[in-house]
Amino acid sequence: MDLLEYQGKQLFAKHGVPVPDGRYAGSVPAAVEAAEQVGYPCVIKAQVRIGKRGKAGGIKIANDRDEVLKHAEAIIGMDIRGFTVHEVWIERASRIDAEYYASIILDRSEKKLLAMLSRMGGMDVEEVAETDPAALIRRHVEPGEELTNELGREMSMDARIDEDATDQVANLLVKLHQVALAEDATLIEVNPLIVTSDREVVALDSKVTIDNSALYRHEELAELRDRSAEDPQEQMAKEKGVTYVKLGGNIGILGNGAGLCMSTLDVVAQAGGRPANFLDAGGGSKAEAIVNALEVITSDANVIAILFNIFGGITRCDEIAKGIIEAFARMDIDMPLVVRLDGTNSEEGLGLLADAGLPNLHVEKTMLDAAQRVVELAKA
Amino acid sequence: MAIIVDQSTKLAISGLTGREGSFHGLRNRAYGTDVVAGVTPGKGGQDVEGIPVYDKIAEAVSEQGANTSMIFVPARFAAGAISEAIEAGVTTVIAITEGIPVYDMLGAYWKAREAGVRLIGPNCPGVLSPGKSNVGIIPAQFFDPGSIGVVSKSGTLTYQIGNELKQAGAGNSTIVGIGGDPIVGSDFIDMLTLFEEDDETELIVMVGEIGGDAEERAADFIAEQVSKPVVAYIAGFTAPPGKQMGHAGAIISGSSGTAEAKKEALEGRGVQVGRSPTETAELAVEAIGARA
Repeated sequence: MDLLEYQGKQLFAKHGVPVPDGRYAGSVPAAVEAAEQVGYPCVIKAQVRIGKRGKAGGIKIANDRDEVLKHAEAIIGMDIRGFTVHEVWIERASRIDAEYYASIILDRSEKKLLAMLSRMGGMDVEEVAETDPAALIRRHVEPGEELTNELGREMSMDARIDEDATDQVANLLVKLHQVALAEDATLIEVNPLIVTSDREVVALDSKVTIDNSALYRHEELAELRDRSAEDPQEQMAKEKGVTYVKLGGNIGILGNGAGLCMSTLDVVAQAGGRPANFLDAGGGSKAEAIVNALEVITSDANVIAILFNIFGGITRCDEIAKGIIEAFARMDIDMPLVVRLDGTNSEEGLGLLADAGLPNLHVEKTMLDAAQRVVELAKA
Repeated sequence: MAIIVDQSTKLAISGLTGREGSFHGLRNRAYGTDVVAGVTPGKGGQDVEGIPVYDKIAEAVSEQGANTSMIFVPARFAAGAISEAIEAGVTTVIAITEGIPVYDMLGAYWKAREAGVRLIGPNCPGVLSPGKSNVGIIPAQFFDPGSIGVVSKSGTLTYQIGNELKQAGAGNSTIVGIGGDPIVGSDFIDMLTLFEEDDETELIVMVGEIGGDAEERAADFIAEQVSKPVVAYIAGFTAPPGKQMGHAGAIISGSSGTAEAKKEALEGRGVQVGRSPTETAELAVEAIGARA
């Protein structure tokens, strides 16, 4: 789960990582109120889970109440590359002497946490890594050990951080590492990490990813996830306990197992179709889960044909067939449904479907034939 | 020979008394796997259809000679169960449980490594050596004994490919599901190493998916260290970029983690990559036919 900037900053503040004073606002009047409390000049920052907000007009400075009103009206409701802005963070404007970059990331290959620091902050870190790799200092933290102040200082010196800020930057790295472990964060990025004109080191932005599997031990963070749905289908899927990602095409897809489901999207695309979604019905799917899945898939108005690609391992194909029959009884499915059932109990499942004589249901034997068929039907 | 599990496997199942654990544990036994014990704290002295249950895995090792542990306990207790198995002295731990917190797994990974214990998973379907032993949830009916080794991040996709191989008359030495979690005990390279050394394996099928750089690193390893033919499949060409992968993730790996990047890395190293599971199985059957 990716946190919004302000949620990450609140997490930082909880662990003693310095952040600017700020307030949350979910409406224009609340933004004005927040700015009055924070004081001027202040910054109004759109809270969306996508980068380069500034370039898109999602970050503005306001010097008085009128300017806050003007900017908040423009920003709230604004679309930033597909993400609608519902919330803003109002922050006291910082006077910036220097911009650095700091991060703590789980390195999957090395199976260690990796700390990174650079004096080239406020820009695309990938670009820094490419054009001037020596400017990005990287150090692994040994498993089971703390990121020590000594290591933090060493990194600061290697990164040629301003001398008077070395201690503060080292301390901040130590704390970011503590945040990662304490909050089950697998990625923490601060870009920029600034030195103010008063020579204070402050995290001016935050990007934090929390391990979903660990949310059970972080009640407050788990609540954030429940409020973070991106669109109506994804919200509905969440409520019904279905793994669903919207993709924007017109062919609804259901597969069992993430790998087979991704593979299904690929063969549909290879056949010239545009998948509307990823939906993993999971292992051991029962009839009820199939009904739920079909409800989510058909709630997307763009969907004009559906493909079920099931290879039964633990999942039993007769259960899937029962689910399809149940869904047809309960719902009005007015579009073609292509079904491929193979694996455990596939003969029983196919028998049930044949006996039910459902309208506009097309059975195919192989995954590739099923993909071809659904693409033809979607184009018809 | 096969790898990881065979006739010498003596299996202790942590979580045998649970619903899933007993279902799959008994299926494994019915297949011919030597299931010697179950482990559930507080249920020592009971049995599951004749399989003795112990409070601690150390007892399963000392009393029954268990050498392999399968983990079927709920996610929040799973890393603890893995640690306990490592301490008890088994040589192999196969973790089926999904949803184990990443940092818990990080600890378990290093513990296994320091103890020299082979850890497979978590969030994986297990390991099957057809005709010999099945540890996990892989449906054995789709796989015949043979000479193709399969290593995969995905469960159902593996069954799909296994079934196509079977229909084409080809069988498998061992099928290993390594799991797709951010931290897994064994990766493609570990399995490629074992298959390369295994007499029974003549060809290796590698099934990957988007995210991380395990496939890219495997491509380099294959070029340098694997003499046997390898055929690969990658899922996820049309999937949206993984939300777990921040920009910084890509910096570490030096790769975007996309399916396209993985395919290029593999093909650049001379590994054939199938466009679909079907084509992958066909390529494997062709290659092994040419070799025979």
